[in-house]
Amino acid sequence: MDIKRLKNNYPNGINFLLTGVGGQGTILASNVLADLGMDLGFDVKKAEIHGMSQRGGNVISYIRWGEHVYSPIITKGEADIILAFEKLEALRSIEQINPGGLILINDYSIVPVTVSSGLSTYPEDENIQESLQKFTSNVYWVKGQGIAEQIGYPKASNVVLLGALTALLEIDPKIVLRVIATRIAQKYYAFNEQAFTTGFQSIQK
Amino acid sequence: MKRILSGNEAVARGAWEAGCSIASGYPGTPSTEIMETFARYPNVYAEWATNEKVGLDVAIGAAYAGKRAISTMKHVGLNVAADALFYVAMTGVEAGLVIVSADDPSMHSSQNEQDNRQFAKFSRIPCLDPADSQEARDFTIAAFDLSERFDTPVMLRMTTRVCHTSSPVEVTEQQQQIPEKGKYPRNPAKYVMIPVNARRRHPVIEARVSELSRFAENFPYNRIEYRSKNLGIITGGVAYQYAREVFPDASILKLGMVYPLPADMIRKFSESVERVIVLEELDPFIEDQVRLMGIDLYKPANPINSDFSHTKSIFPITGELNPAIVRHAAYQAGLLNVDIKQEPTNLTIPLPARPPTLCPGCPHRSSFYVLSKLKVSVNGDIGCYTLGITPPLSTIDTCGCMGASIGVAHGAAVAGDQERHVAVIGDSTFFHTGIPALINVAYNRSNVITIIMDNRVTGMTGHQDNPGTGFTLQNQATMELEIEKLVLACGIEKVLTVEAYQVDVIEKTLKQWMKEDGPAVLITREECALLPSARKRYLALQVTDQCNGCTVCFRIGCPAILKSEELDPKYHRPLAIIDQELCTGCEICAQVCPRDAILFRDQVSALRKSEEG
Repeated sequence: MDIKRLKNNYPNGINFLLTGVGGQGTILASNVLADLGMDLGFDVKKAEIHGMSQRGGNVISYIRWGEHVYSPIITKGEADIILAFEKLEALRSIEQINPGGLILINDYSIVPVTVSSGLSTYPEDENIQESLQKFTSNVYWVKGQGIAEQIGYPKASNVVLLGALTALLEIDPKIVLRVIATRIAQKYYAFNEQAFTTGFQSIQK
Repeated sequence: MKRILSGNEAVARGAWEAGCSIASGYPGTPSTEIMETFARYPNVYAEWATNEKVGLDVAIGAAYAGKRAISTMKHVGLNVAADALFYVAMTGVEAGLVIVSADDPSMHSSQNEQDNRQFAKFSRIPCLDPADSQEARDFTIAAFDLSERFDTPVMLRMTTRVCHTSSPVEVTEQQQQIPEKGKYPRNPAKYVMIPVNARRRHPVIEARVSELSRFAENFPYNRIEYRSKNLGIITGGVAYQYAREVFPDASILKLGMVYPLPADMIRKFSESVERVIVLEELDPFIEDQVRLMGIDLYKPANPINSDFSHTKSIFPITGELNPAIVRHAAYQAGLLNVDIKQEPTNLTIPLPARPPTLCPGCPHRSSFYVLSKLKVSVNGDIGCYTLGITPPLSTIDTCGCMGASIGVAHGAAVAGDQERHVAVIGDSTFFHTGIPALINVAYNRSNVITIIMDNRVTGMTGHQDNPGTGFTLQNQATMELEIEKLVLACGIEKVLTVEAYQVDVIEKTLKQWMKEDGPAVLITREECALLPSARKRYLALQVTDQCNGCTVCFRIGCPAILKSEELDPKYHRPLAIIDQELCTGCEICAQVCPRDAILFRDQVSALRKSEEG
């Protein structure tokens, strides 16, 4: 049932953009979304640039769900949904959002060396909010890092955001959890399930 | 059944399904995962070679011996392997040989964006150019068949976007059984390229190109998709996807084999549409050949690309394409009525850059700190340590290709440069192409100081084993190459190995050596801080109230050292704080702190114990 509604809401498919800093689990989250798209019966492409990202750089990946997906990448104004695991990186990718598109932001900052060495300054929260609002009013702040740390598994902020996304898209959480289970080691599943569920409930409230 | 695979995983899958049993390559983004994936399949032998030329020679040797073989590398790796490419193009093979060149348009992690389709034409071998993971798998299998059918190595040309995009792939669970070959070939006329034999082989390979281009007319992966006859697009590789995205109604000639080209097919297609264009990434490789066939490609009324008029007629010659770039160029050329959506809003606040940097705890940091302090000229090389260029360390003066550091430093020395040159090279890069250059320094007696930064792994490409690590790609225990002995054997008499985190020893040694003459090698050894064994030792350091914001620790450029909001009461400078999540406890900052305001590991441990107790 909910798949039909999803396809009605997004008749041309869904373009996701995931952005974060090396080590935040951006790649894992994009693997989950790619698998999930396949499970839901879409054609899927997932594109990512790695290489130097492990060295504290920005990591971006694109996931496209559709009837038939051609280009692996999207450009300005073409992202339906952005999942940003870090605030500054949310801003860096915001020009890619569709007018009115949905953006989920992990309320967390990782200060780049250019800031800590005094070459530039990290934007203030109110400036970030104001800038994002120019592009879309559909902005959701998620305490991804806070929730993950409370659970005792600080790495799981990516899964918290996936939980929140699942609630916003009204996808059956069981399907998403099943996909997550295939992508992580079993011993971490309990943490991830808790992170996912807390993220899911944070939207439902 | 369908699986979601990256282009690289699909190449490995295709090679395995095709019965390929030997693989040799050198890591290089975006190609690395092909070998890592292939190595895990049953009934295969896969190895990291010391460099791409060795890797290709090994694959050639296996193909001569009757086994299907594959050699993988990034685009610039084929420059290193070019000598091998050109002889095997002449000799042909006994069993299928596929050479994977993973090109990097836009240089996401490379020094140039050379278009290696040119290498296929240059060496007279066929080139297949997949557009997605399914094609990556299918073309790999087709490449082995082509190789045997036409007695030629085949280039499988990948690009970053195809390598690192995942999409569903139909696979089979069956591995082709390749019949066992008999005796090793004793066929010197074919396999010994002395001039008399080589002269006989050259016409053979020219004729092979003609045969292949006739074959290309019916090659199933060259296909015409007729839609509207108003516009026809000749395309190949990932550009096909952008053609479909931007021109959903256009007719398309999709070339799976981009060299040699099917001339009749191209002619027929061009005549059947009103306007015909070529859409390809990087060089006008197809475009030039199509023009030479005398085909009238569509010309925009207003010339675009006027900065580079010698190149392509519509689409940019530089950088990776994407739908927006294609759409905009097509609009400028009069092929589309609507340009890309101009965003009504733009971001107005400045964003701090997030460049890749040496990681917290990186053992290379101490040497770069010393080099920047001594203000010497540094010739760099390819690896994580190229990041010594980033501020505030800012120490690398040149960096061109794998193994170049030592030769370039030697060149400056023999040119009589007034400054003493230091070459900086990592362990794997030293094994790759550093050794002949170091022998050259010793043999030709220059005063180059070489620092071999031995972090016990091939780091930048994501922790591959190498001759120094004691393990092979397939995780077999093996010898560990001793760099000191190797350096001595190269003829360098002054060799010292130090622990890479020891700032004072490195500084003292380099200062002393700068005063002396003759070549010298300093080996700085410490395992990469991201290795699992190193992670076990992480212990975050702390700043004490002795800090007065003097900024010396900021100069080592460690992402774990932050400026706090708190100011020193006397000088009003921000005090240092250490990010407890990022810090590994390497102690480089503690060593450089002039006020002993950063606690060493044992001090931190003692403090924690007393706090607990």
